[in-house]
Amino acid sequence: MSHTLTGTGTLVRLILRRDRIRLPIWVLAIIGVVYSSATVVPETYSTPEQIQAYQDTMGTSPAAIAMSGPPVALDTLGGILVYETAVTALVAVALMAVFLVVRHTRGEEEEGRTEVLRSTVLGRHAPLAAALLVVSAACLVVGLAVAAAVGSAGVSMSGSLLYGVAVGVFGVTFACIAATAAQLMTHARGAIGLSASVLAGAYLVRAVGDVRENWLVWLSPMGWSQQVRAFDDDRWWPLVISVVFAAVAVAASVVLANRRDLGAGIVPSRPGPPEAAASLNGPVGLALRLQRGSVIGWVIGMFVGGAATGSFSREIQTMVESNDTLAEYIAAAGDGTLVEMYLSTMMLILSLIAAGFAVSSALRMRSEETSGRLEPVLATGVSRTRWLLGGLLVTLAGTVVVMAAGGLGLGLAHGLVSDDGGAVVWVLGDSLVYLPAVLGLAALAVLLFGWLPRLAAVAWAALAVCFLVGYLGGLLRFPDWFENLSPFTHTPAVPVDDVTVAPLMAIGIGVVLATGVGLLGFRRRDIGV
Amino acid sequence: MMASMSIAISVSDVTKTFGKTVALDGLDLEVATGEVHGFLGPNGAGKSTTIRVLLGLLRADSGEARLLGGDPWRDAAALHRRLAYVPGDVNLWPNLTGGEVIDLLSRLRGGLDKTRREDLLERFDLDPTKKARSYSKGNRQKVALVAALASDVELLLLDEPTSGLDPLMEAVFQDCIREVKAEGRTVLLSSHILAEAEALSDRVSIIRNGRVVQSGTLSELRHLTRTSVVAETEEHADRLASIPGVANVSALDGKVSFDVDTDNLDDAMSYLASLRIRALTSHPPTLEELFLRQYGDELDLEHMARGPEEARR
Repeated sequence: MSHTLTGTGTLVRLILRRDRIRLPIWVLAIIGVVYSSATVVPETYSTPEQIQAYQDTMGTSPAAIAMSGPPVALDTLGGILVYETAVTALVAVALMAVFLVVRHTRGEEEEGRTEVLRSTVLGRHAPLAAALLVVSAACLVVGLAVAAAVGSAGVSMSGSLLYGVAVGVFGVTFACIAATAAQLMTHARGAIGLSASVLAGAYLVRAVGDVRENWLVWLSPMGWSQQVRAFDDDRWWPLVISVVFAAVAVAASVVLANRRDLGAGIVPSRPGPPEAAASLNGPVGLALRLQRGSVIGWVIGMFVGGAATGSFSREIQTMVESNDTLAEYIAAAGDGTLVEMYLSTMMLILSLIAAGFAVSSALRMRSEETSGRLEPVLATGVSRTRWLLGGLLVTLAGTVVVMAAGGLGLGLAHGLVSDDGGAVVWVLGDSLVYLPAVLGLAALAVLLFGWLPRLAAVAWAALAVCFLVGYLGGLLRFPDWFENLSPFTHTPAVPVDDVTVAPLMAIGIGVVLATGVGLLGFRRRDIGV
Repeated sequence: MMASMSIAISVSDVTKTFGKTVALDGLDLEVATGEVHGFLGPNGAGKSTTIRVLLGLLRADSGEARLLGGDPWRDAAALHRRLAYVPGDVNLWPNLTGGEVIDLLSRLRGGLDKTRREDLLERFDLDPTKKARSYSKGNRQKVALVAALASDVELLLLDEPTSGLDPLMEAVFQDCIREVKAEGRTVLLSSHILAEAEALSDRVSIIRNGRVVQSGTLSELRHLTRTSVVAETEEHADRLASIPGVANVSALDGKVSFDVDTDNLDDAMSYLASLRIRALTSHPPTLEELFLRQYGDELDLEHMARGPEEARR
């Protein structure tokens, strides 16, 4: 072993010690998602007719292919499982690899801890090597567990193993890409952003290649992992491309690391404006500036998500007619045409996701306080009321825009596949009916922030309850009192139900009251507790 | 000017507890308009808590605090337009540049002097185009200092503003404070760097365990303590130790060094004169000596480890 790797073993133990909670959570979360699919899919597609219907609809829809990958072996349960889980598993394992590698390389360097370590007997490349070893091992564990989870559905073991290894190798590839990014960028944030862009690019290139069935898939690391055609040809050789690519990325990061100083990046960090824009002049301007990036990200994500689900509204008709299990799930939404019930379910899910934005946006106030950044702001001429309401204005506007983006995507895609131009307007309008309930969760965050600031994050638990009730309530049948906790339970399930003003008014009044009471508490309490 | 206006800050018998920790225990503090007031004490003595009460960020449990003639809790926003604050631990928005933060904080306060901003950026050698996440502690502190000093305000509340600055920047800071003082503005300067407080302060208050234990001008405080003397006399000064107020006598190479209470200085000098003085140096107590004397009995650091602010974090 070369002297530039001295101490790698010790660092591996340090990483394992520091991430003894984080690492298992990542691994278990990814496996959990795949495993739950592996238990649901065999129940949903239990007859040859149901499998045939799946292949005829999902396997031929360009939208589904763009989203999920090549329709391989969809006449088998294994093929359906891969089609249903591959994108989630691949994206999740890649994100895990990127976050962990950057955290233990550039992140440590940025915090100044690498400097302390490097002053001891430690080779120059040891931190990089240790991070790659641990994260690659974690990726392969995820891969093997995915194989076991899929295999537990009673499908071919060799196919399951190939699929699992393809997932693991994809994670390793992105660990190596993140290692290169960590050399290029000066800050952890930049390294994560660069790696995530590569992931998004890999996804898009593959999507276009899969829909057009052409060579583009071979330009994408995601394509290599999906071209193994598990449960069909079971070919292992595309993974060789991934391994070679990963090796090149590691070599590149070693070369880059040799050419730079500790703490420096290859790409210099860009200078920003020396003076603030005129809009950065008050609590609203500040909140807008801080949340701009996140709002744009959410808007794009919600629009794409809405469009993706909306583009299935025609297939859903065919699929549900041939599948009782799905019909039962959709029917939980109430009486209406199948398409209406589908759209209503999708609006509910989109609004639950939008509530994630609302809660995180409202809780920014708490992170501003705990990070010590609120103190200098309140030491200026800004009153507590003005600061809180300024931030909430951005939360309110952001939530409306995020929800509207989801509704617009859903309506546009549905309108396109069903040749109904007017759908854009009414789907968008209907999706806004869910806004009061979405804002209810933000209002709860404000209430907690005002009176029990240390418990402000409990708002996330409330969102989890709403998710349980809204997403699984149809299948699990919770007691009424539990379902009534969620404001989404009281929201009319448009377009299946008619819009009724009374419950929306009631939720709206609750939102205003909770916000007002939260503001009162915030005005009375100590800052920085 | 009315009498009440000549007092910028008055705190009387203020108590503040966090759970079981007593952060302020009947604190009294008075800062006159136009003076630079040194606020001295080790970490955890209650300096930052006092300033946060003065800013209306914390609400006192009991006692009364007045700031610029107003109630710091009730009139917070209105009073804050007339003051600027530099926190001890400056945290900035990582994706904003230093220049943006300076402009933002100044605008929230009600505007800044553009020429003064440029001048200060130059004097503090600060690059305003860098993102805050890439600033060192010292540079973050400079951002807060430039924002505070570039505003046209009556009162500056500075909480250990130079703990991250190098000696060159410390000198720039001291120049700036002297200019601020010359303009008739008031400064409350919390510090544990005694040389800094000694160089700048008109009056100082020493805080200990949430109480101000000593307050006054430097000469008043010196009067309360001892002067150090080194003398060389023709005859042996063997009766020196028996003079009241004399302590720490030690003789070396025909020289004698000792400390003497300011009230007994005359007695000691008369005695030395009777022995025929050949050489004599004396220096008044430094602030450091005042401080050590105040804290000398507990240099076991025990209370520092359990200071109220530390316990809160």
